[in-house]
Amino acid sequence: MSRPRGPTATALAAVGGLALALLVVIPVLALITRAPWSSAADILGEPANRTALRLSVQVSLWALVLSVALGFPIAWVLARVPFPGRRVVRALITLPMVVPPVVGGVALLVAFGRRGLVGQWLNRWFDIQLAYTTTAAVLAATFVSLPFFVVTVEAALRGVDRRYEDAARTLGASPGTVLRRVTLPSIRGALAAGSALAWARALGEFGATITFAGSFAGRTQTMPLAINKALDTDVRDAILLSLVLLGVSVTVLASLRDRWLGAA
Amino acid sequence: MHRHRLAPVLATVVLALAACGDEDKTAAADTTTTADSVDDLDGTVTVLAAASLTDAFEAIAKAFEAEHGGVDIEPSFDASSKLATAIIEGAPADLFASADEANLTKVLDAGLVAGESSIFATNVLKIVVPAGNPMGIDSLDDLVGADVELSLCGDEVPCGTYAAQAFEKAGLEVPAAGDQENVKGVLTQVQLGEADAGIVYVTDVLAAEDVDGIDLATDQLVQAAYPAAVLADASNPEAAVAFLAFLRAEEAQSILEDFGFGLP
Repeated sequence: MSRPRGPTATALAAVGGLALALLVVIPVLALITRAPWSSAADILGEPANRTALRLSVQVSLWALVLSVALGFPIAWVLARVPFPGRRVVRALITLPMVVPPVVGGVALLVAFGRRGLVGQWLNRWFDIQLAYTTTAAVLAATFVSLPFFVVTVEAALRGVDRRYEDAARTLGASPGTVLRRVTLPSIRGALAAGSALAWARALGEFGATITFAGSFAGRTQTMPLAINKALDTDVRDAILLSLVLLGVSVTVLASLRDRWLGAA
Repeated sequence: MHRHRLAPVLATVVLALAACGDEDKTAAADTTTTADSVDDLDGTVTVLAAASLTDAFEAIAKAFEAEHGGVDIEPSFDASSKLATAIIEGAPADLFASADEANLTKVLDAGLVAGESSIFATNVLKIVVPAGNPMGIDSLDDLVGADVELSLCGDEVPCGTYAAQAFEKAGLEVPAAGDQENVKGVLTQVQLGEADAGIVYVTDVLAAEDVDGIDLATDQLVQAAYPAAVLADASNPEAAVAFLAFLRAEEAQSILEDFGFGLP
């Protein structure tokens, strides 16, 4: 492959480099240089911040579990079962990826809030209260992270060579065995990548959560919400907590490197 | 290679569950060590309070917990308007302390207040500027100029409503000033130097570093009244009623006074 040279390549590279510096390198450097490193241990040890961190881990892992449990059947049906309206269903599933999270939060609130379409009956018949609880935070996180798992796994399922499954079946394997012993192992990479993406998205979720679950310490105030709150009280806390989330994101990206970065 | 991706996920799940277990144990230990006072009150009281009450209520909660060993006060702070919406939409809470009557009335009108509300503190507005007052601001008139970057609460937030009243008393148009979500947000903007001036409560100026406060002219003074009430859906009404009474009692009143609040 020949390397493009000349004024066009130089100009494009200059614009790209400038964008990278302005939008990624400088903001990240600012976080690192402004961070209160000397009191980092104290800030991270504060009960309020530890609570937010623990809640974030809990909520994002629950969202991951739900995304996998609900997302795999969806991905499998979309990839394998032809039915009328499949394209519409696929578009609906990916809607939360493009809809502004705050819109998702409002939608969840008017659906499952105390006066919501479904929430009022949940409240009246079963005394179930969803809005502004930890469950609401999990639902909001699942809402935004589910499509990441579905899209990744569905693409992999479509790419599986069906002849191996057919071969297993002609050798007498039950559908369950084929799924477990042939299909799942062949999409292991996509399952891991989809899980990592879904988890990272759940961990960073803010807009739907603050709208549907509010920002209550110990109950719904996950790391992103705690950062938003810290901006009102102590900016140094906000910077340090931001760096923690940044570190997690970089780790997720690094764990996916041979999948995406390795291809280049 | 694929195994490596799943290992960290599993490790995280295990760590998270282990961490949750620890937290529960310490919480249980706390209750046993402190529950030695003779008192039939126990459980958690979720208190939703105006952002301007943050420091005072944290101190009052400690004082109350010292007196009632079995009770755990869990305060959450935000703009009264946002808390009122959360309560109406079903946020589980025991007591609401608002920075104005209007937001408590919203909750009352929704049929969600139990018993009488009671005013437990007052506050007055103050102009807040960065330490040393670099812009030489000394009245509301100085805030309406185009060259002053001003920070105010949104007009639905009590501090924004009160600020609008002050401008009205001064015969001035309320200047546009990028609505902050709560009073602590205004304070932070001035502390960070992102705003040249803001309007907050005298209690915020007292509690903050790196800022100076400027009194409003006597004919422009606006007094804020703080009502509190036990909520109809309180999960721990006995302890909430006791906390409401405690707010009006001598110990809490002197804490409020220490933080610069006026007494009703």
